[in-house]
Parts: sequence; C-alpha cells; structure tokens
Amino acid sequence: MYQFSGKLKTFSIALILLGALGIAFSFYTAPKSIEDAKEIMASQTSHDGGHAISNEEVKKDIHTTEVKGDSISHGEMENHAEEVHQEATKEVHAAADVHGENHDDEHAEHLYHQLKNKPWSALYVSLFFFLGISLLVLAFYASQRVAQSAWSVVLFRVMEAITANLVPTSIIMLLVILSASVLHINHMFPWMADGVFDPSSPNYDPIIDGKSWWMNTPGWTIRSIVYLAIWNGYRWFIRRNSIKEDTANDGLKTYKLNYNVSVGFIFLFMITESMMSWDWIMGLDPHWFSTLFGWYVLSGLLVSAITVIAFVTIYLRSKGALPGVNDSHIHDLAKFMFGFSIFWTYLWFSQFMLIWYADIPEETTYFVMRFNEYKLPFLAMVVMNFAFPILLLLNSDYKSIPWFIVIGGVVILGGHYIDVFIMVMPATVGSQWFFGIAEISALLFFLGIFIYTVFSAFAKANPIPKGNPFLKESEYFHYYNIEHRGEGSGDHH
Amino acid sequence: MSHYEAPIREPLVLGDKSYHDITEDIAKPIEGAANKNWYIAFYISLVAMLWGFGCIFYTVGTGIGVWGLNKNIGWAWDITNFVWWVGIGHAGTLISAVLLLFRQKWRMAINRSAEAMTIFAVFQAGLFPIIHMGRPWNAYWVLPIPNQFGSLWVNFNSPLLWDVFAISTYLSVSLVFWWTGLLPDFAMIRDRAVKPFQKKIYSLLSFGWSGRAKDWQRFEEVSLVLAGLATPLVLSVHTIVSMDFATSINPGWHSTIFPPYFVAGAIFSGFAMVQTLLGIMRKVTNLEDYITRMHIEYMNIVIILTGGIVAVAYATEFFIAWYTGSPYENYTYLSVGAATGPYAWAFWSLITFNIITPQLLWFKKIRRSFIWTFIISIAINIGMWFERFDIIAIVLSKGHLPSTWWRFEPTFVDVGIFIGTIGFFFVLFLLYARTFPVIAQAEVKTILKSSGEFYKKRSEQGIPTKPAINLAGSEGTSDKNNKE
Repeated sequence: MYQFSGKLKTFSIALILLGALGIAFSFYTAPKSIEDAKEIMASQTSHDGGHAISNEEVKKDIHTTEVKGDSISHGEMENHAEEVHQEATKEVHAAADVHGENHDDEHAEHLYHQLKNKPWSALYVSLFFFLGISLLVLAFYASQRVAQSAWSVVLFRVMEAITANLVPTSIIMLLVILSASVLHINHMFPWMADGVFDPSSPNYDPIIDGKSWWMNTPGWTIRSIVYLAIWNGYRWFIRRNSIKEDTANDGLKTYKLNYNVSVGFIFLFMITESMMSWDWIMGLDPHWFSTLFGWYVLSGLLVSAITVIAFVTIYLRSKGALPGVNDSHIHDLAKFMFGFSIFWTYLWFSQFMLIWYADIPEETTYFVMRFNEYKLPFLAMVVMNFAFPILLLLNSDYKSIPWFIVIGGVVILGGHYIDVFIMVMPATVGSQWFFGIAEISALLFFLGIFIYTVFSAFAKANPIPKGNPFLKESEYFHYYNIEHRGEGSGDHH
Repeated sequence: MSHYEAPIREPLVLGDKSYHDITEDIAKPIEGAANKNWYIAFYISLVAMLWGFGCIFYTVGTGIGVWGLNKNIGWAWDITNFVWWVGIGHAGTLISAVLLLFRQKWRMAINRSAEAMTIFAVFQAGLFPIIHMGRPWNAYWVLPIPNQFGSLWVNFNSPLLWDVFAISTYLSVSLVFWWTGLLPDFAMIRDRAVKPFQKKIYSLLSFGWSGRAKDWQRFEEVSLVLAGLATPLVLSVHTIVSMDFATSINPGWHSTIFPPYFVAGAIFSGFAMVQTLLGIMRKVTNLEDYITRMHIEYMNIVIILTGGIVAVAYATEFFIAWYTGSPYENYTYLSVGAATGPYAWAFWSLITFNIITPQLLWFKKIRRSFIWTFIISIAINIGMWFERFDIIAIVLSKGHLPSTWWRFEPTFVDVGIFIGTIGFFFVLFLLYARTFPVIAQAEVKTILKSSGEFYKKRSEQGIPTKPAINLAGSEGTSDKNNKE
C-alpha cells in the first residue's frame, strides 16, 4: 500500500491556499463598477500602452487589428504604444473616430465586462482543463476495460486515482454553472445577458434568439448537471466495483459487470462530450459554430489525460508504489502521447484549414480574432503540441526514459492549457488577456486539489488490481524492442 | 520474454493444428484446381467487367453527356462510386496497420485478404477520377512535370490535386506493405511447388526469401515502420477525399467534421465489405478454423464502434446545421429538406441501413451469427453508398439559387460503369483467392502456441507445451522473471 506522504500533502494544501489567495485577490482587484473600469482604463493608457484602446478598434475594424495585433502580441506595448497609436490613426480613419472618443461610456461598459470576466475566465480555463483531463482519464480507463487490453491493467489504480479529481472539479464546475446561470454573477456567456431574447431591448440579438431552443438558461443548466451526473455516476460505480473485483472471486461476474457498464459509459460519453463542448466552450462565442468542435476538444483533453497518467505513473513508480510497472508500460504511454499529439494536430488543422480555405465570414471571424490578438500563444501552441512531441518522442528508445517523457509531457500539458486558454479567453476578455496572478493562481489551486485528491485516492486501495483476469499478462508485458534499463536498481524493490 | 496469455481469451486457431497443418490448409486452394462454382462466379464477374469497360469506352468515345449529369449536378454516380470504393479500401489498411500498432493478434487471419481488398478497391476507385474527366487523354496534366508550355504547372490549392497524390501514394504504399508480408508466404508456396512452371513463378514472386534470423528481424522492423506510416496515410487519404467537399462553400458540404467523419465511415464500410467477403471465403476455402466466429464478432464490434462514431457525426451535422441559423442548411444534406424532399427515399435508406440496422449487432447472438453478419454487412455496403450519394447529389440538387435547383437521373451508362467496377473487383479478388496465400501463414504460425485452441487447453491443464514460465515470485517485478 502506498502512503500519501505528509510532505506532499502539505505541499498540495499550500498550493490550494496560495491559489485561493491569488484567486481572491484577482476577484478583489477586478473593477466593481463602470467607473472603476474607466479608472483602470485611464491608468492603462498612461502606463500599459494602447492595450485597452486598441481593443475597441479591433472590434470596429479588422484592418486596424492587423497593424496593432502584431505589436500587441509581441508584448512590446509599453515601448511602442505611442507609435502604434499614431500609425493606427493614420492608417484607418474609421478607427481614428473611435480613437478620439474612446473614453465614451459604451466603450467603458464593454471594457468593464471584459475586466470583470478576467478572474472568472482564468478560473474557468483551469477548471475546464483539470475537469476535462480527469474526465478523459476516466474515458481512457473505460476504453481499456472495453478493449480488454492487458498492458494497462497494472495502471488501473493510477487511472482510478486520477479520476478522483473529477469529484471536486465537478463540484466547482457546478458552482460556476449556477453562478452564471441562476445567480448571473458573471458575464462569460454573452447569450445569458439581459434582453438578448427580447425584441424590444437594445441588447436584442436575433441570431441568438433563433437558437433559444438550445441556448436557454434552464436547458443549459439541466444539461450541464446531467453531464456531470453521468460522469460522476460512472466513476463512483467503477471505482467501487473495481475494488470489489479484487476480492470478488465470483467467476468473473463482477469483472463482466464492470465491462458492460464501461461499454454503456463510452456510449454516453461520446454523446455527452460533444454536447458539453458545445454548451461550455462553443457557447462562449454564440455566433460561431464548427461541426468538428466536440471531437477537437476531446482530442486535446485526451492527449493531456494520457500525459497526466504517465506523470503520475512515473512519480509513483519512482516511489516504489507500482511494483508491476516496467519500462514497457511507460513506453506504451509515451506512444499514446505521441500518437494522440498527432491526432490532435490532425483535428486542429482540419478545423483551421477548412475554415481558412472556404473563408466564410461567419466562421472566419473566430480565427481572425484569435490570430490577431493571440498570435504568440496561437502559434506557440502548434509548436508545443505538434512539432515538439513529434521530434522528441519519435525515437523508440526515448519513449521509455522517464525524464524524457517528463520534458515532453510538460510541453504537451502547457500547450494544451494554451489551447483551452485560446478557446475561452478571446470570447470572454478579448484583447484584455494576460497571463498573470489570476491565471497562475487558478492553475496552482487546481493543481493542489489534483495532488491532494489523486494521491489520497491512490493510498486508499491496493495498487494492484488483483481480481482482473488480465493482471498476469500485464505484469509479464514486455514490448519486444525495449531495453529495460535501470529497473530493479533502486527504482523499485 | 514470456508468452503468457490469459485463459479468458478465446483461441484464435481452432482444432488440433500443427505448423504443418497451417501450411497445408493455406496452400490447398492454390495447389488444387478450381471447382465449378469458382468458374461460374468468375464468368459472371468477367461479363460484368467487360460490360463496364464497354460503358467506359462509350463514355470516352461519345462524351460525358451520356451520363445523367446536368449543369447543376456535375458530380453524382462517378464521385459517389469513387468515394465508396476508396472507403472500402480503408479497412484493409486499418486491419494491417492500425491493428498491428494495437497488437491485435486476431488481425493475422484476416489481414492478407483485407489488404487485397484494399488494393483491388483502390483500383476501382482510381478509374473514376480519370473517366469522369471530359478530356481524360489530358489526365497527365495533373502531374507537376516540366513541359514545353513554359513549364506550366498545376495549382496545388485544389483538393482534387491532393486526391491525385493521396490515392497514388496510398496505392503504392499499400502494395509495398502487402507484398512485403507476402514474401515468406510466396516462399512457402515456392518450396512446396512440384510443377516447374509454378516453381518458377513463385520463385520470382518471393524475391529469394530464405527466412534467416536477420531477415526476420528486418522484416518485423519494416512492417512496424510501414504500419506507423500507413496509419496517418489511411487517415489522411480519406480526409483529403472528404476535403473535395468540405473545402467548398456549399451548405451541406462545408463542414469541418468531414475529415474524421469520412474516415470513420470508411472504416465502417470497409469492415462491412471484409465481412461480406470473408463470410464467403472462409466457407469455400475451408478456412473456418482460422477465420473463426470470434474474428467475425470482433469485426462486428469495430463496425458498431465506427457506426456509432458515424451516427454521432450525423447527429452533430443535424444539430449544427440548425444551430448555424442559416436557412440554406435547411434543405441540404441531413436536414429537414433531405428527409422530406425528392430524395427522401435515399435519405431514409441511409438512416435505415447505416444507423438502424447495425444496432442489431449490440446483441451477442446476432454479432456471432454468420448469416446475420452477412445480411447486416450487405446492408451497410448499401447504406454507405447512399451516404455518399446523399452528400453529393442532394447538396448539388439544391444550391443557393432556386433557379439552379435540378434533379439527377442516372442513365444506363452510369449504372453500367458501377456494375463494371464491381465485376472488375471480383475478377481480381477471385483470381487472388486462387493464386495467393489468402491467410498470412507466417504470422498465424507465430500465435499458434500462444493462442491456438489445442495449446491453450494444454497450458490450462498444466501440460507444458513450451519452456515453462517461472511463475514463482510473480509478486515482484515481471522483468526479473522474464529475462532468459
């Protein structure tokens, strides 16, 4: 049995507290009123360059964006702010009007919402990232049961432990969902704003109104709760019954029940995952749509999930807690990291290229906005999620070296965090994005929760799923061209 | 390294087979004479093929106007058949490459025939891009060759050009992959041949394979590398085929889900065709001990999975078409207009054959039944033809301008060419089944002792059939025990 060390526990609690503190701070410093926003805006123009101002121009004229987007993403704002201003004024007269009057109330209100969204969005990105990873570990685990795969059986308890993180993230997600829909205390989803469905309101949006059959608060809230209930229901069941399997000795009855329930879960998962991505992410940009979106979200979370499984496995093995795991198991996980990185890129490129190629305005705005305002993370993400893993993990020998996988995995996880960031932020905070205290605190907070829940869950059960009929195959698993180095020399005993 | 296999796994080779029995069983159809049924099937296919060739010559000689196309619907049966045949081909590569990467031993009894099916299906598919051209004699202009027109080149922005590269690469890589796997098997036929002519032929085909340890080691490496390359290839080929449609701006065609959805559909239809072919082949070539009920069941499970993915894609298309708020989406593919318009029969055939019928495979009794499998696989083949027809013809029949709305009626030439390709396919497949080892004997022999019924029973009873595995101390790390 694994003992959750006091050191690690303290560390995770410290992360949670630190993160919570930072989150509280970011909410505290967010503007409370339009007047606050105006003040922030004023101070921004003086020392933060044209950040706030250029934002509004971007909205009005894409042309301007091309001039300014560049300098914004290069982070050279402070030095070149004045230059950019002048350039833009000269270049686009339409923008010049706005420029002169950009301290008007409409702008301030817009900015106020974006700034108010900032701490919420920072929280939401990290929350979705961690929730999604836990969910995809669960789905991967279910697929391993359904495929009757043998190599991964010794990793079952690791995967089960990771899915323990689904519970706290789901609860927090539920709170965020309720605060958005029932309490209306954040403005992340534009279609939830007042008057959007009311033809007599100045806020009326006929496009969104046309979707009111799907985009309505009660429906959205109920659907969200149903997704969370299905996922957590399966997790609760399979964790309980997997431990039962250890001692069941009932002629594989429990094993077969677990198999059947996993088949059912995969069926429901395929459906709820797509719907979840439309509700929770695509709905942030209510005018935009893409049929591939659900599977695109899935592929990014899947590769992150496999990476997290590899990380936790490597850590636990180094502590001697996973006696059945050898280099071949690590090699297989790395192969999945490699393969699904390419799969993610395939879907990313398919979605991007098809929209770029046809260039239909309703769809293209999505990428124009992201490419102009988020150029550096947008391009960095493709390098981190594709070029880096493909170069690093192509070699067969490298795939069983833990530190290699850790390096590759950190980049993959960073890249997919950015992926989620770019899905969410442009819709909620626009050009007001920044990777600062709010974002880092949210990451630390959820990382702390992750470490705490995962390792306490792992300590609660036998690390070897004794009752599984494929256990012995898994323990004997040896991929033919893998040289098992360093095993039995202190790695585990 | 151990060859321990969990007793819960079903055997892959039935009966009390030795290595020699495998050789005998697989060599038999090649060494024996064809029976009457083979000749009947062959002649029917040959006649269909010749009829199809006649229709092709007629088209090329007279002009594309002999088809049922019109100025609004410029693609119909030609591209439908093209996508259908390419899709069928994909299962072969999936079985030989993807299942190899996933270490699925059950692929070994079916990969040879699935790959043959791939190659013959890609032949059929490859006909259509050429014969549907108005001036097929200028087809070589699609290749970027330096020429006397001031080096006039092709535009690399067209998915139709990507098709040229995709299909030609796919065919060549599949051929090489298939042929590499055939070397040890051809060598086996060569070594058994008694007639000098046969010996000569199989000596040529087997490239002097002598089965040394170094050869085998390289053989395995090459197979793995080719599988690693063929997997992205198989995904990209049908992706590029899907982009013929998805890059356009037609409502119903322009959809980002097309790439993975077409690939899933290709695997779905390809596996259905493998089921159709192997269901017959296992009987007529007496290979029931190798292509077992379990193989059929596993393939059916792949069919349910990919069919499920396709169904989710349909639902997504439906949903997003409505979600866009675009009125144009409402009378195109997979939306209200398709379900109630003049092509409603084609639309409902698709739903019935592709979505509803395969759900029967959820029942274990049905997915383990040969006859049910055969019926359902035929239904899927029909349904997937309709899927392509619906995507192509329904969308083109109702474009953005109502003044361009028209319908498509196939002529006998459209139908004749399609029948001709089916005939051509079966001519090739029937010839293959009599001259090629239809099961990869070298591969099946590698799993005989771990997954053969006889050996599995013996090891369950504790009778050693191989050097015993040291089970003592299996609590610790496996590798210490495995090192030999």
